[in-house]
Formats: sequence, structure tokens, C-alpha cells
Amino acid sequence: MKKVGKSSISFDNVYVKSTAVVTGPKEFEGPLGKYFDYSFEDLYCHENTWEKAEMRMMKLSFLKALEKENIKKEDIDYIIGGDLNNQIAITSYTFKNMFIPTFGVFAACSTLTESITLASILVSSNLAKNVVAITSSHNATTERQFRYPTEYGGQKPVSMTSTATAAGTMILSSDKSKIKISRVTTGKIIDIGENDPQDMGRCMAPAAASTLLDHLDDFNIAINEYDLILTGDLSKYGKEVFRKCLEVKGIDVSKVHDDAGVMLYDINKQDVFAGGSGCGCVTAVTLSYIMNQLETKNLNKVLVLATGALLNPVMTAQKMTVPCISHAVVFERV
Amino acid sequence: MDKIDLKPFKIVMEVTPVKRPIFKNTLFAFLIGGIIGIIAEVLIVIFKDFFNIDEKIANSLMSMVIVVTTSVLTGFGLFDKIGQYAGAGTYIPITGFANSMTSAAIEGRSEGLVLGIMSNMFKLAGAVIVAGVVSAFISGTIIYFMEQVI
Repeated sequence: MKKVGKSSISFDNVYVKSTAVVTGPKEFEGPLGKYFDYSFEDLYCHENTWEKAEMRMMKLSFLKALEKENIKKEDIDYIIGGDLNNQIAITSYTFKNMFIPTFGVFAACSTLTESITLASILVSSNLAKNVVAITSSHNATTERQFRYPTEYGGQKPVSMTSTATAAGTMILSSDKSKIKISRVTTGKIIDIGENDPQDMGRCMAPAAASTLLDHLDDFNIAINEYDLILTGDLSKYGKEVFRKCLEVKGIDVSKVHDDAGVMLYDINKQDVFAGGSGCGCVTAVTLSYIMNQLETKNLNKVLVLATGALLNPVMTAQKMTVPCISHAVVFERV
Repeated sequence: MDKIDLKPFKIVMEVTPVKRPIFKNTLFAFLIGGIIGIIAEVLIVIFKDFFNIDEKIANSLMSMVIVVTTSVLTGFGLFDKIGQYAGAGTYIPITGFANSMTSAAIEGRSEGLVLGIMSNMFKLAGAVIVAGVVSAFISGTIIYFMEQVI
């Protein structure tokens, strides 16, 4: 582990041991459906409330990740995770009485890369052997938390994103595997001055661009270092803003860039407005499809820039602007 | 990098606005809102002419039918899909009011009868009631004084 530049760290002994993704029905019907470990056929996931449904998804993703590599619960040293509910309640309730040391973190939709960053630091410093990074989001619990009741019939603007129903677990370990985590760059909180909570993709794009610029600067590398730069979840409109922000800095990312929000769904056919969002969106794409592509050697080096809008409904009602963050993690084939 | 100049990003945000389909939204609101109006008129005519009901009661019955239909459609998860296309077409008529109450009630169901359903039901619709009461008070006061003058 080595500090690089102002806001980055490089690792040489952190590996991805196992990943698992559990989703809802809409995600399964999307283009990446076949890569998920399990998909429920309805949003209730055999439970009677949506909160319980999200907990069930999170727990199942955790158990599947353990099962895939025959890891025992007792072998997990730490859990680092979060979700979009108030007080990150889903994570706390999911891991109650599991007797595993747990850190709850919140970085909105960039919780995934924040958890992976912290988990990598623990593993790399030999303070832990196996660390779980876990996140989830659920369309109905998030709508309730941040927007309107799910059955409310108001018209949503085209820039609105649809929260993904998905949970994902990644187990990081010092045991060698095919994929390693080689670099991380921690984002700074950027507020561009937008106050529309229904246009989060565009709000978050400058934060992603800023973290990418920091990353390139810290490691003194060019954009062609990576086979894929995955942002999540800027959606249809934010994706354009991200590319243009880098264009003005003289960097053309269009050839290597894609966005998890538009990859998870077929945005022309599925009812998701500008694309997917939520912790689950970038998690589902990264921990299933991206890992699969790395394993099958279709990709070698991927930079994941998960983006989070750090708003809360009270602040946006008070017309305050939306601060955003983006944390970067590099996955590399060994 | 110590500090990133955000000004170029702000300019990018300004030159890449989201184009809202205003014409399409207005057209759909006009058409669907109009259709709801026609249905309401037909209902009034049916109540008045076929059942010989007094006009005032026929009007109330029509509202009830529209409200119940909206609530049932909301319950089956269909109304939010219609609302997405109709916009103001379903939001402005009594359908919007019925939907806001039913959807809030459904949402609150998991938190129990009193604290969940009862206290949440007017979460969105409460604004309409407050606005209605305040504007009724103002217009009532104006009418009262105008009558005194005349």
C-alpha cells in the first residue's frame, strides 16, 4: 500500500475473492440479466414490506458470495457497507446478530467504491484477511425515502432516473485470485450549483470528471491506460455532461467510457426514464458483468467511478444545491 | 491536483440542458384531461336522464365514481403509468387528488393503521385542502363585502 499524489492509493496485495449480485425483476429483464446470481420475480421478494425485501436481497447476496468460494461466515473479518435508507438501516438490520465487526458507510450511490476503498486499506495493511464490501438499493424503499409514494401518478421529467433494485457483495482478500484492486482515488465533494433532485445524473457528472482528473494526475497516466472507464450512475444526460467536462480539459473519453445507469436497462424499451440509479445500479453492473469480463479476459483494466448525490429531501426542499462525490477504484486482471 | 477549476464545468452544464418534451406533454394533458371531462359529463347525463337524479346529487355521484375508479386503478398499480403520460391531464382534475391520497395510504400501510395509513393519507393532499380552505376564505370575504356594498 502506497500513497500516490494527493488523493490516491496504490495496492499490490488486494484481490477480489468472490462477488455476488441479487436483483429485482426489471434488472433481470435488462441486457445484463444473465450475469446476475439470483433475481426475484417481484419487488416484495417474498416479504411483506419493501424494507424487508431489500434486507432479504442484501443477505442473499452476502450468502451467495460466501457460498461461491466456500468461505465460512467466521472467516470474514469485517463488513463495510451501506444503503440509501435513513440511518443506513438496511445494512444494520441485515447484519444484526451475525457477530461480524461491521462499519456502516454512506456515500449515496458511490457507497460501493467507498466500501471497496476502505476494505482494500484494511486488507492491504494486513489488519484483515477477508473483508466484505456490500451495498443495496430498492426502487420502492428509495422512492419512499427521497421522492413520492410509489403509486403516485405525478409526471416525472425525462431527466429522472429509476432506482435499481439490486444488492451486491464483494469479498476482498489477501489470497491471490484472477482480479486485483490496484488503485483507488478518493473523491472530493463537488457542488456545481444545481438544485434539481430530479436531474441527479447531470449534477454528479462534474464530480466524476473531477475524480478522474485527480486520478490521472496522481498516477501520471493517460486515459488509454484503461480498457473501460465505467461511471455509475450518470444516466443518459449525465453521461454527455461527463464527456463534455473532460473534453474542455482536452481529454476524449468517448471511446473507453460507458455508464452503468444506461447499461443495466434497455432505456429505450424499459420504463426507466434516463436510466438506472441507486447503490444497486453500479453495484449490479460492476460486480457481475465487469467481473465476468475481467475473468474471461475481455477486459484487462477497468476504472470504476461510482458517483453519489449527497442530498437529503429536507435540504432540497429548502432549495439548497446538491453536493456530489465520486470515488474511483481500479480492477485489474492479474 | 489541489484544486479543480469548476467554472468550465458550470459552462458545460449550461450548454447541455435537458430538453423537456413540452409540446408532447401539453398535448397529452389536453387530450387525456379532456377525455376525463367527457367521461364526467356522460356520467352526469346518465345519472340525470336515466336514473332521474337531481343535478346536484348527480354531480356528487359523478365525482364519487371518478374518485373510486382512480383509487382502484392506483391500487392495481396502473394509475402512475397513466399519470406519466397524462401529466396535468390527470393531476389537475379530482383524479390527482384521489391518487395522491390512495398512493400515500398504500405507502403507509406497512407502518400500521393509525401512524401509517391515517397520518400519511393527507401528506400530499393536505396542501390541496389548505389551499382550498384559504382561497375559499379569501373569496368568501370578498363576496361578503361586495354584497354589503351593493
